[in-house]
Amino acid sequence: MAYFAMSKLALKWAFARPCTTRYPFEPRQALPGSRGRLVFTRDNCVYCTVCAKRCPTGALAVNRAQKRWAIDRLMCITCGCCIEVCPRKCLELAPEHATPVVTKDRESF
Amino acid sequence: MPRTIIPFGPQHPVLPEPVHLDLVVEDERVVEAKPSIGFVHRGLEKLVERKDFVEFVYVAERVCGICSFIHGQTYCQAVEALMKIEVPPRARYLRTIWGELSRIHSHLLWLGLMADAIGFESLFMHSWRVREQVLDLIEATTGGRVIFGSCKIGGVRRDLTSELVERLASALSTIERDTRDLTGVFLGDRSVQDRLCGVGVLSSADARDLGCVGPMLRASGVESDLRCTGYAAYSELDFTRATRPEGDSYARCAVRCEEVFQSIDLIRQALARLPDGEIAVKVRGNPNGETFMRTEQPRGEVVYHLKANGTRNLQRFRVRTPTFANLPAMVKVLQGCGLADVPVLVLTIDPCISCTER
Amino acid sequence: MEIIPAESLVARTQALRAGKARLVQISATRLADHYELTYSFEVGHTLTNLRLLVTASDPRVPSISSVYWCAFLYENEIHDLFKVQVEGMAVDFKGNLYKATVPYAFGAPPAAKKPPAAAAPPALATASAEATASSPAPAH
Repeated sequence: MAYFAMSKLALKWAFARPCTTRYPFEPRQALPGSRGRLVFTRDNCVYCTVCAKRCPTGALAVNRAQKRWAIDRLMCITCGCCIEVCPRKCLELAPEHATPVVTKDRESF
Repeated sequence: MPRTIIPFGPQHPVLPEPVHLDLVVEDERVVEAKPSIGFVHRGLEKLVERKDFVEFVYVAERVCGICSFIHGQTYCQAVEALMKIEVPPRARYLRTIWGELSRIHSHLLWLGLMADAIGFESLFMHSWRVREQVLDLIEATTGGRVIFGSCKIGGVRRDLTSELVERLASALSTIERDTRDLTGVFLGDRSVQDRLCGVGVLSSADARDLGCVGPMLRASGVESDLRCTGYAAYSELDFTRATRPEGDSYARCAVRCEEVFQSIDLIRQALARLPDGEIAVKVRGNPNGETFMRTEQPRGEVVYHLKANGTRNLQRFRVRTPTFANLPAMVKVLQGCGLADVPVLVLTIDPCISCTER
Repeated sequence: MEIIPAESLVARTQALRAGKARLVQISATRLADHYELTYSFEVGHTLTNLRLLVTASDPRVPSISSVYWCAFLYENEIHDLFKVQVEGMAVDFKGNLYKATVPYAFGAPPAAKKPPAAAAPPALATASAEATASSPAPAH
């Protein structure tokens, strides 16, 4: 048995369903608590700029005069600090991960 | 006999992270190994001058991907020691649970890499399949697979609901059963034993002298585990140190296998004793003074040396990671080994080069 | 924490070695005009720290790798990053341990104190791919 210690595992998995997800043909199930991407709801925002100040990477840029809220997706580490300080609850983390980005633009609302 | 210099790395199939070794070989015997690092040097120690100490926990976590939670935890513990903050008991237990999950994931990763290094691809795939279950658990409880983002100064940021506790408990049984199958192969299979037994023997006197830490030290018969100093919730949990006397690569593999089961047991104990209460205390003021904080990472003892002068930025942030302490031992065991054993010996210290170079 | 002169370093290290201490770490901090080198040793679970203060203009320390061979790695690191000259290292990489583009990266004196990072996140300073050319968040 010392030479074929793997045989039990190998036989079992030869006849079992694969444990991998056949992505992209099967969708990936996001786990509920996952920190996927930051979602901004514009309706309640008063552009107080507190989220931008609290962001540890500087991914957020808020302009009160022009009523613009922008996020640099590549800098965002989905830490959730902005969510903790937002007084109007405009921000939340969605569990689905963002689609890959190819440019370094800021996304503005 | 003429000597050849063979460059090993920075890109090599067995290396998880880039390190360069110049191997001086005579025929097939390695006479000397000269390491050089610096491929992932990000200068994180200098970044402390620009980021304030509360935000810096996110940088400290990103020193390494594999041992990331315990880096964040050690940083928080060090600042809490400086500012004399008392962390609530529930937060200490949660940190312990996540720290041990991190250890399981790291050891399963290492087991897979070691199997890959000796050419046992299917065992590597199975180890990482079991590791996926651990990563799913981590994602369900903290939100991230690799970088947890759940430690902060004064406590933790996320709580475990009772359904998550149940999910953890049931998933741990599956992980334990799967890991028993794996360790049966790692420790019982003749082909693995042929590659690992007697390779890279380090006596206990040498291991202590060379400054080894972690499983490297424990597999040479030295009983040393920083979790016994009782930080976080470890003073209230009981466990025995996993040691082996032989000091070869097989012993190190066995120590790490045993530590996976030990971690599963520790998590079960912590879940059973999880106290109620709040998960964080408010942090006021700035840190001042100097402290050394040491914890046990999956690879060994990490030392955080923090100096603060009362401003928002720390003055000095120095991390001495376990791989840095184990590198001289790697250089020593490489002397006199065969060329085919080099991957096994490089992996046997569990190198985490991004930790080493910060 | 004990501050000792550089000359007594090797003798103290030998005494610690005789007392079965283990070398834990060697670290360097660059202050305005001198370096603070901290040597940490451990017996059981207690740390003993020795501190050396060397001037920035002529930073020289003797090597302890004759006592603890593994110290060569730490000493090469403080040489490569901080420009501290360590004399007599057992294994001397001559500056090739850390292959970084900026030599002696941490050797510069610390920068003057700046306002806290949270008030002015660095990314806001660049007006890169914004649709309009106006500047972002005003200081609150």
